[in-house]
Amino acid sequence: MIKSIKTWILVGFASLLLVACGQGGGGAGSKKSKTLENTKKAGFVKCGVSQGLPGFSNADASGNWSGIDVDVCRAVAAAVLGDADKVKYTPLSAKERFTALTSGEIDVLARNTTWTLSRDADIGLTFVGVNFYDGQGFMVRKNSGINSVNDFKNGISACTNTGTTTELNMRDFFNSKNISYEPIAFEKADEVVQAYDAGRCDTYTTDKSGLAAQRTKMSNPDEHKVLPETISKEPLGPVVRQGDAVWEDIVRWSLNTMIEAEEYGVNSSNASSLKDSENPAIKRLVGSEGELGAAFGLDNDWSLRIIEQVGNYGESYKKHIADTGILPNRGPNQLWTKGGILYVPPAR
Amino acid sequence: MIFKKFNIENKKARDLIPQAITILALLSVIIYFATNAQINMGNRGISFGFGFLNQEASFDITFSMIEYDGSHSYGRAFLVGLLNTILVSAIGIFFATIMGVVVGISRLSDNYLIAKVAEWYVEIFRNIPLILQIFFWYFAALRALPLPENGISFYDISFLTIKGWYVPKFIWTNFNIFLLSVIAAFIAIYYINSYATKQREQFGKQIPATIISFTALILIPLITFLFLGVSLTFEYPVLKQLSPTVFTYAGGVSIIPELIALALALSMYTATFIAENVRAGILGVGKGQKEAAASIGLNKNQILKLVVMPQALRIIIPPTTNQYLNLTKNSSLAAAIAYPDIVLVFAGTALMQTGRAIEIISITMLTYLTLSISISIFMNWYNKKMAIKEK
Repeated sequence: MIKSIKTWILVGFASLLLVACGQGGGGAGSKKSKTLENTKKAGFVKCGVSQGLPGFSNADASGNWSGIDVDVCRAVAAAVLGDADKVKYTPLSAKERFTALTSGEIDVLARNTTWTLSRDADIGLTFVGVNFYDGQGFMVRKNSGINSVNDFKNGISACTNTGTTTELNMRDFFNSKNISYEPIAFEKADEVVQAYDAGRCDTYTTDKSGLAAQRTKMSNPDEHKVLPETISKEPLGPVVRQGDAVWEDIVRWSLNTMIEAEEYGVNSSNASSLKDSENPAIKRLVGSEGELGAAFGLDNDWSLRIIEQVGNYGESYKKHIADTGILPNRGPNQLWTKGGILYVPPAR
Repeated sequence: MIFKKFNIENKKARDLIPQAITILALLSVIIYFATNAQINMGNRGISFGFGFLNQEASFDITFSMIEYDGSHSYGRAFLVGLLNTILVSAIGIFFATIMGVVVGISRLSDNYLIAKVAEWYVEIFRNIPLILQIFFWYFAALRALPLPENGISFYDISFLTIKGWYVPKFIWTNFNIFLLSVIAAFIAIYYINSYATKQREQFGKQIPATIISFTALILIPLITFLFLGVSLTFEYPVLKQLSPTVFTYAGGVSIIPELIALALALSMYTATFIAENVRAGILGVGKGQKEAAASIGLNKNQILKLVVMPQALRIIIPPTTNQYLNLTKNSSLAAAIAYPDIVLVFAGTALMQTGRAIEIISITMLTYLTLSISISIFMNWYNKKMAIKEK
């Protein structure tokens, strides 16, 4: 079992790293960013991604990663190193991800990770923002006659991933409905899909974006449907280690820049031509006004590079989520000006 | 005087010095790593402690031998995982041993077909990685099982389906009395057998100990049913409809397919190694022993049972102990197919939910170490018991 052994080695190795590596680390409260220095020295951003979730982080046959989570990594690389391609991707299971981050194996975790209080406060992590508002849902077979979560009955079996908030939400949900259920939790999404497809379980539950993406992997996608109810809030976003405030800001504002750019209509093709725009907000975004980069120890074109090389949030969403047929409708992931809840603080 | 004791010319003291240095060096390495870990964890805002074991786990587990739901603690979840690991290992060891002995003896059979089938079995299952076998049984073999509504029925009391094997549930009254009677029966059997051996060795009298033992095993528990208020009823699984096309079974006990697949894969795989140990053990008994046994008129079965096996066991036990240890450790591959063993439940979900990697990984490693050492101790005791008793 390659996966399990790899997990063990990774977790074990990461713990060992934590045990063995020098006492340097990102010292709390220091003005300089150790992570930024190390990244510049290494020449690439160390980014943790999923093991393959279409639309978020997925590698093609030749090993090129793409997705909206991957774009966060690319944005950070563009801002810090000037080249969005200078990213080293580490595919991580749900179980490995936080250990990999806290031990310093990766510096940014962009892996459809739900922002929760205990994760933020308890285990040495800091969430920098939300790049996808999601919620947990259920998938069932179309012919099952189940049209809503209210049709679930005692004895239903539900497949999901282990080590995720999904497992906890599922319990809360079934308990609140007073339904006894059989939880079957696999380590890898592929195995959940296989087991559900085979009929081992009656329903498959995870984030709705995940359901939409995984449905494409089923032997007959048209036989399945996602129930309308959403049983939880799943704000997914990038995570960094606690204790390096400058690095935290860089990642946060790399993401914010992409969203702000969409709001002001700045995209990868028109960004450089907007240097002389009338609008000061746009001028700040493309680096022709203000000295915003200096605050992180970056040059003034950091945000222009993000927009030019990665694109704004809307472009990223369209390319990876909408055009791939995963979730054509942006729903809550629309700008606040257009009826969604994407709202970022001003870059000034 | 103390100086005289540590005199460099004192050989005892001289021999002690390198050992003391080694221990000191080892200790300082451990202390260095521990301090480092502490400082690094402090820098990264990670606390260390085992208090989380008392916190509410808030996740459910498919299959548990003790009462458990998400409102129990992480400590309880650990126990559930541990018991599940022990369960699958025990089942695996049981079947691997039986199959191993049968296949091992079959390989030495004079019957060409039996010997060849056993040989092929060993060569095929020994040479395919275990994880692939687990996937094969879980995803390929069990996938062929029908959905609950078309479950394979055994006399309408037990059903095999893709969701598991549903068997009747035993409902006991006064189970304790029954258990005591079974123990009493075994004690009786022990005394019957030692009495029979004594009679045979001293007076040459043959007492049908096997038949008497068997009768005792049935008769003594039967008395508890008739006179002591023990009773047993069964709750049979019944098909239950959850929606127009979704069915399951209610009542009875469900043996989950993950357990079946894992136990199958572990025992089929380990049986091949045990079979080879058995074959080696039997071949290791001198030819002269068999010929001598034959010359005093023992038949084939008697030769195997009375002459060959007791000697072969001494060769078989030590390497078989290794196989038992391997099987137990290999059971950690359970995580691949969602069998809730200690790795999936504790080193998986619990680690993820609490983020306490160092604590949880050390507890898990310590647990496997304890399990393995316990098996070792038991097998060493058994080995000693089987060793040649010099008279």
